[in-house]
Amino acid sequence: MVVLDPAHGGTDPGARGAQGIRESDLVIELTFLVRRALEATGFQVLQTRNGNENPSFDDRSTLANAQRGAVFVTLHISSTGLPGTVRVYSLPDMPSRASVGGILSWDFAQASYVTLSRKFGDAVQAQLAQRFKGSPSNVQAASVRQLRTTAAPAIAVELSSVSVQDRGDLDKMMPGVADAIARGLTVFRPSYVLPSEAGARQ
Amino acid sequence: MNGRWRRWLLAGLCVVVVIAAIYFPKLKRRVKTTAHITQPSEEQARRELTPPSPASASDPIVKARMFWASDEDESALAPVAVDLALSPDPVLRAKQVLNTLLAGPVSSDLRTLPPDAALLAFYLLADGTGVADFSEALGTSTPSGIQSEQLAVDSIARTLEANVPQVKRLKILIHGQEVDTLAGHLDLTQMFVVNRKATQPPTFSFGRPLKPAAASPAPAGSEPAVSAASKTTKR
Repeated sequence: MVVLDPAHGGTDPGARGAQGIRESDLVIELTFLVRRALEATGFQVLQTRNGNENPSFDDRSTLANAQRGAVFVTLHISSTGLPGTVRVYSLPDMPSRASVGGILSWDFAQASYVTLSRKFGDAVQAQLAQRFKGSPSNVQAASVRQLRTTAAPAIAVELSSVSVQDRGDLDKMMPGVADAIARGLTVFRPSYVLPSEAGARQ
Repeated sequence: MNGRWRRWLLAGLCVVVVIAAIYFPKLKRRVKTTAHITQPSEEQARRELTPPSPASASDPIVKARMFWASDEDESALAPVAVDLALSPDPVLRAKQVLNTLLAGPVSSDLRTLPPDAALLAFYLLADGTGVADFSEALGTSTPSGIQSEQLAVDSIARTLEANVPQVKRLKILIHGQEVDTLAGHLDLTQMFVVNRKATQPPTFSFGRPLKPAAASPAPAGSEPAVSAASKTTKR
C-alpha cells in the first residue's frame, strides 16, 4: 500500500509563483500521475486528499499509520532551487525516547523507520537523478514536519520550483517524477521488512 | 435683525459647513495615523524592550563566521569571515551575530533569512539551550519549501555554533510562541542541536549528512560550502 500525500490544500496554497502557480494545485495533479504509475506497477494507492481540502499533519499521518506495511510519499513543489531539479528528503536520526515500553510515541512515530526511509529515499532519488540533471544523487536529511508522525518508510519529494516563468515546465517534469517514484519503490520493495518482523528474526 | 443680515449669516454658516465637510475626513485620517503611531503593536513593544545589542567600545574585534548561502550553490551554506566587535557575554554575543546574520551579506541574493525579520529576544538557559525569538516575518517571509526553510534554520544554527560555543541546542520561537513549522514544512516543535561536540551523544541528530556530499568550490575568503540539510542537528 502506498499513501500519497499532496501537500497543503484548502486555505493553504503552499508555495506561490509570480505567474499565479500554486503548489497545492500542482501537487494534486502530480499525485494523480504518480498514482497511475504506481497502479500500473501493481501497487495499491491511497491519497490523503483528493481535492482542495487541507487535512492536518496528524490526519495525514493517521491514514498512513492505519495501514500495515504501507509506505508514505508527501509531494511538494518549492519556492527556490534550480528549476528542473527534484530532491528527496527523509528524517534524520530521532531520539531513543521514541518508544517507551514498546509503545511508539506518536510524536516520534518515524523513529523506527528512519533507516528504511533513507533506503527508500535513496532508491527514488537515484531514479530522479538519472532523469533530472542537477538533482542530488542521494536522499537529503531534513526535519520535515509531516514525516515525524508517520509510522512507515516515509519520504518527501520536492520539485523546483514555482518560480518558473512557464507552468508548462513543471507539467513536463511530472510524468518523469511519477515514473521515478514507481521505479524507486519497485527497487526498494524487496528490502522492506517491518521493524517488528526484523526484530523477531534476530 | 433685518433680512439682509440674516442672508449674510446663512451664507457664512454655509461656508463654514462646506469647509468643515472638506476638512473633517482629513482630520479623521490624521487622528487615525497619530493613534497608529502612538500605539505600538505588541511586537514593536517587544522590539523596544529588546533592542539590538550594539557593540560596546570594549568589545574585541574578532573574525566572526556568518553562514549565508553559497554563491556557487544556492542550496548550500558558505561561511563568510566578518570583522565584528563581539561581547564575551554569550547572550549579547548571540544577539550580535544573529542580528548580523539578519542584516544579510553584501549580495542580497545570498540571504538566508528574510530582510524584514527581526530577532525579538534571545535567552540562554543553564543547560546550554538557546531560545531565539524571531518576529512573525521569519515565518511569513521565508520562501515556502523544504530546501529554503532548512537553509534558513541551518544558517542560524551554524552561525551560533561557529561563534557562541556556549549554545548547545536551539529552540526557535516565532513572536514568543512555539509554532508547528517555519513556513509550512520544517518542524519547529523540536530543538536543533547546535554544538555537536558538546552534546554527545546526539539523540536526535537532524541534518547529519546521510552520505558525504561533494564539496563545492570555496568562495574567496571563505571556507568550503556546506550543503543545506546536512549540518544542523536537532533533538
